Amino acid sequence: MKYIISGILGAATLGMVATAASAGTLEDVKAKGFLQCGVSTGLAGFSAPNDKGDWQGLDADFCRAVAAAVFGDGTKVKFTPLSAKERFTALQSGEIDLLSRNTTWTINRDTALGLNFVGVTYFDGQGFMINAKKLPGVNSALQLSGAAVCVQTGTTTELNLADYFKANKMEYNPVVFEKLEEVNAAYDAGRCDVYTTDQSGLYGIRLTLGAPDDHVVLPEIISKEPLGPAVRQGDDKWYHIVKWTYFALLTAEELGITQANVEEMKASGNPEVKRVLGTEADTKIGTDLGLGNDWVVNIVKSVGNYGEVFERNVGQGSPLKIARGINALWTKGGLQYAPPIR
Amino acid sequence: MSQNDLHYVRTEMALPQPAPLRERGPVAWIRKNLFANPFDSVLTIIGMIIVIMILPPLVDWALVQAQWTGTDRTFCSTVAQGGIQPEGWSGACWAFVNAKFGQFMFGRYPIEERWRVILVAIMFVALLVPLLIPRVPRKGLNAFLFLVVFPIVAAFLLIGGFFGLPHVETPLWGGLLVTLTLSYVGIVVSLPLGILLALGRRSKMPVVKMLSVIFIETVRGVPLITVLFMASVMLPLFLPAGVSFDKFLRALIGVSLFASAYMAEVVRGGLQAIPKGQYEGADSLGLSYWQKTGLIILPQALKLVIPGIVNTFIGLFKDTSLVYIISMFDLLGVVRQNFSDPAWASPQTPASGLVFAALVFWMFCFGMSRYSIYMEHRLDTGHKR
Repeated sequence: MKYIISGILGAATLGMVATAASAGTLEDVKAKGFLQCGVSTGLAGFSAPNDKGDWQGLDADFCRAVAAAVFGDGTKVKFTPLSAKERFTALQSGEIDLLSRNTTWTINRDTALGLNFVGVTYFDGQGFMINAKKLPGVNSALQLSGAAVCVQTGTTTELNLADYFKANKMEYNPVVFEKLEEVNAAYDAGRCDVYTTDQSGLYGIRLTLGAPDDHVVLPEIISKEPLGPAVRQGDDKWYHIVKWTYFALLTAEELGITQANVEEMKASGNPEVKRVLGTEADTKIGTDLGLGNDWVVNIVKSVGNYGEVFERNVGQGSPLKIARGINALWTKGGLQYAPPIR
Repeated sequence: MSQNDLHYVRTEMALPQPAPLRERGPVAWIRKNLFANPFDSVLTIIGMIIVIMILPPLVDWALVQAQWTGTDRTFCSTVAQGGIQPEGWSGACWAFVNAKFGQFMFGRYPIEERWRVILVAIMFVALLVPLLIPRVPRKGLNAFLFLVVFPIVAAFLLIGGFFGLPHVETPLWGGLLVTLTLSYVGIVVSLPLGILLALGRRSKMPVVKMLSVIFIETVRGVPLITVLFMASVMLPLFLPAGVSFDKFLRALIGVSLFASAYMAEVVRGGLQAIPKGQYEGADSLGLSYWQKTGLIILPQALKLVIPGIVNTFIGLFKDTSLVYIISMFDLLGVVRQNFSDPAWASPQTPASGLVFAALVFWMFCFGMSRYSIYMEHRLDTGHKR
């Protein structure tokens, strides 16, 4: 009897929690008072804990930007570190509100898995790193015929590598390992001539090598890895908020609005800046999104614009020193492009 | 013939003589222990060569060349790697361990709340040490405090959310805190549950017996990784939307049940080793089942399987690292997670972090192992051969 009663009570409590959580994501997030954001279990420059245990990186800062847009406070975010296998279930089951975890946007994930990708916060791709001392004069991946290539097994990286060498009618010797640490050690010990993985990863790995200056990342990119945040399908309001947070970061960079000058820019006479920062009379841009009209001000105040986020976490302001490359704004020859905020 | 004629009888004891020179002193010890026969000599020489090859570089790396202080990767990398160390330098980066020490111990537990964890640790040691020393009296009260009161107090203190203590969610826990919590709960739950399951498996009641067998065999037939993974990935999909069930709790339950199944088989081994006469003797005295089990069988059976029980505990302690795959970070997980911090990425960082983790694990496992040997000797009542 005791068990039956406790069972009924348990079921009732579960039911209550479930009803409370069935409203829209924005309302849920506001009711909770914080954003639950899924990040990686540790990837240099994207999401990794610093000495105090705070999450740092491009993906972590994107979470802060969304929290700033919703709450006006970029610190109202809780991070859930997720392994590659757990990430989609965590989003589907509602454990997290936003997945910002260096996830490649593919059609399968967008359709079959019930996710909506909001954009590409980092255009990545598989690249090659070589030891310039062992292979002098090599400056293109097309000169790598016959090379021994270190690669992590069971990844798309391995398949892309095979495709690339086959398509270019070149021979290669794969040297495969199960764990990333093993691949690093093998490459550093000179067991292979070439290391291949996502280009952003190559820069991080270069820091752990014995003589980083001997190693060169080749210019070729052999696969498309557009990394971006994703939300659950079926909640357009929330999808729009996250999507336009990303566009707001880009637009702020385009208009030269930075963390340092955002307060001065509010007084700017430029109509475009006024529209974006919500200082135009009778503006409804923010409220139509379900946010305050100062949402962009809050985003930029808490993390800066896209360029600042990039340089601080992966660019010149970080140990990784990745060049902007195709992640530059469209006005500077890159692919980052935002529709107008008006 | 008078007694006076017996000149050859000594009237006082001869003084003890020191053993011959070749049987004492360091030389004799070395001969006896290291070079007793050709095979021993070869083994000794091989061993010495290995020690000479490994030890000096290890000491050099871990102590002489090591970098003890520093604020970022530049302190642990050479000039060519973008740091301050001279060319060809190779030493442990203890500065990394130093900077991350708080995380290694507490995970992301808020810094201003860490006194709560320290308080729990002090309580743990203060209750565990007297429990382990046989001379200290009041074992019953001590065990009650350690096994019943302590977990409740510790849970309230660690989780918080009352009396003005801020609530600290379990996803923020990590490091040694998670390792020890998982092991403590696993050990405290698995021993009694394992004993019950073992008794159940030997029970004459068919339903009890069948349920015990099914539980033990199912759990033993599935890897721990699968249990954890199911709990972490599948369970949320079965629950109604929006309901989440604390991941740490899921891991605790998974680890405890898993350890219980193994414990049950260890204990069953002990039960089977008790001669039938002991059971029959107890029956002939008119003892009930529980009296017989509690007073006659279990004290003998458990004593026999101390090595097996401690083996399971040590295995459980080390298995806690598997929670890494469900994105919970025990000591090893936190150490590995911090390798990805670009501010500390250097060739020496991973090795230093892993050596530190290995040292901590070794301290705990070695401690458990030594204590079990001590307990075996103490409880030895003639079964040892």
